[in-house]
Amino acid sequence: MRKVEVLVLVAGLLAAAAIVLSGCGGSASGSARSGGGGSGKVTLNVVGYSTLEQVYDKLIPAFQKTEVGKGVDFHTSYGASGDQSRAVAAGQPADVVEFSLAPDMERLVQSGTVSPDWDKNRYHGMVTDSVVVLVVRKGNPKHIHGWDDLVKPGVKVITPNPFSSGSARWNVMAAYGAQLKEGKSPAEAEAYLKKLFSHVPVEPASGREALQTFTGGEGDVLISYENEAILAQHEGEDVQYIIPKQTILIQNPIAVTKDSKHKKQAEAFVRFLYSPEGQKIFAREGYRPVDKNVLARFKDEYPKPEGLFTINDLGLGGWDKVQKKFFDPNSGIFAKISRQLGKPTQ
Amino acid sequence: MSVLQDKGVAAPPRGHAARGTVVIYLSLIVLIPLAAVVWRATGEGVSGFVRAVTNPEAVAALRLTFEVSLAVVALNVVSGTLIAWVLVRDRFRGMGVVNALIDLPFALPTIVAGLTLLALYGPKSPLGINVAYTRAAIIMALLFVTLPFVVRSVQPVLAELDREVEEAAASLGAGPLQSFRRVILPNLLPAILSGAALGFARAIGEFGSVVIITGNIPYKTEVASVYIYGQIQSDNPSGAAAVSVTLLALSLLVLLGMRLIGRWGARHDL
Repeated sequence: MRKVEVLVLVAGLLAAAAIVLSGCGGSASGSARSGGGGSGKVTLNVVGYSTLEQVYDKLIPAFQKTEVGKGVDFHTSYGASGDQSRAVAAGQPADVVEFSLAPDMERLVQSGTVSPDWDKNRYHGMVTDSVVVLVVRKGNPKHIHGWDDLVKPGVKVITPNPFSSGSARWNVMAAYGAQLKEGKSPAEAEAYLKKLFSHVPVEPASGREALQTFTGGEGDVLISYENEAILAQHEGEDVQYIIPKQTILIQNPIAVTKDSKHKKQAEAFVRFLYSPEGQKIFAREGYRPVDKNVLARFKDEYPKPEGLFTINDLGLGGWDKVQKKFFDPNSGIFAKISRQLGKPTQ
Repeated sequence: MSVLQDKGVAAPPRGHAARGTVVIYLSLIVLIPLAAVVWRATGEGVSGFVRAVTNPEAVAALRLTFEVSLAVVALNVVSGTLIAWVLVRDRFRGMGVVNALIDLPFALPTIVAGLTLLALYGPKSPLGINVAYTRAAIIMALLFVTLPFVVRSVQPVLAELDREVEEAAASLGAGPLQSFRRVILPNLLPAILSGAALGFARAIGEFGSVVIITGNIPYKTEVASVYIYGQIQSDNPSGAAAVSVTLLALSLLVLLGMRLIGRWGARHDL
């Protein structure tokens, strides 16, 4: 072979490899959905966190039945909230993004993908709520009713690793804040966290894996989102869940990206998610609606815990402050607790 | 290609075109990405790098990774050589099937391997064996994904091995053990070590099968790849890269060490 031929061949091979690789979307799953009207001129890219898949599979067809949603196609991608946020920040196309916690949205504000005033609507940019709950085996054999029961002798607790999982951070802050809510001091709340994590035999990498670990037979209690617990019940798992008296309100942010090519349709879709119809679909799939009227109609399914607090209450100071104070890998409170529990042996 | 093979296969076609192609290919696929990781690791300066790799949790994860990987390599050396021996020297029904099975761990997504092992040896084990979320589970997962390396590198060498040499040894009064130690093993050693090195490198970086079955408890069952993943999720990419580079550097040392043992072993009787 001559030099030129070899180079052409290699260039061809590399190009082919690049095409193949660019088609691999990592761990995110997703699908394309054609609009009912099917002129298919507009395709919205929706990027969301993993648990949204089930509910968006119902929301999207409902939107496509509305006047403004006719003929809008959808490309959806679901995966771990942090991964999805990083992918969009790195250039994955997205018109609408929904994450499990605000810092994932703030990352896109930093990268210039989402406008800084994304949270300037009535609901502060949050489209659904949830709460942190305690999932137990059917019949509640260990008699778990609140946070104090998790640190009783012989109780094994499953919660994901806070350094790799956003949902785990909600769990940690729920446990910590619940102690403050009960009138304990920050030092006592910290001691509780340490005691709690001495009851944790497994720290799965994500909320999803934690649920699988629990339904796979490990542990007595799983700390999780209410919507995950409801989903597990829908799927016929032998679990029930307890809403502790004191728990944290989880708020899921949504936004349309700054340079969306189909802003009109993307905004219409987000408006639909906030509409009574959209909020009802969320409510039926395990999410607490942010719309007060819809929430009132589902008040039996979603009772308000008396000691409900948010990440901005109790002097927690919001996610930015919490991330630094608790989850900094070197100096955070949680890193310190891991170190103390680790008792580096050998 | 193995890091330990001194005698290359047939020489590649001579000429600049071939060499240039190889250089471009390796650069695009391996060298540039690796250099980028190193560059990324120094994103927060040298002090940031040092802070990242001296974090006690990182140190514990690296240490655990090397301990279990070395244990896995040791087990692989014995079992892999044995399997290769049986496949080459024995004749039995279903040999073809066994031979084909060896490569299957490569074809399975490792996360599926992890889930399968968890179902078999986890809390709901049908066999009554529950090792999930312990170091034994990490070793089991790594044994599964590294099975083919030693087997596949020893097999061809063993098949080529001249039976006459063994017969000569036997006629000179060597017992089977002695002839294995003095004749067969020295010939197999380079292949065994080359397979072991590949297996070690694979074990060090394994993520998918391990993340599900280990429990990921910091300081106890958290391996380096899972720690690195956590750092990325915690928005600390330079810390993640720093620990990765350390992992690479330490692996390189281990691989070089194995190579030296191979050379020494080739010159001396064991």
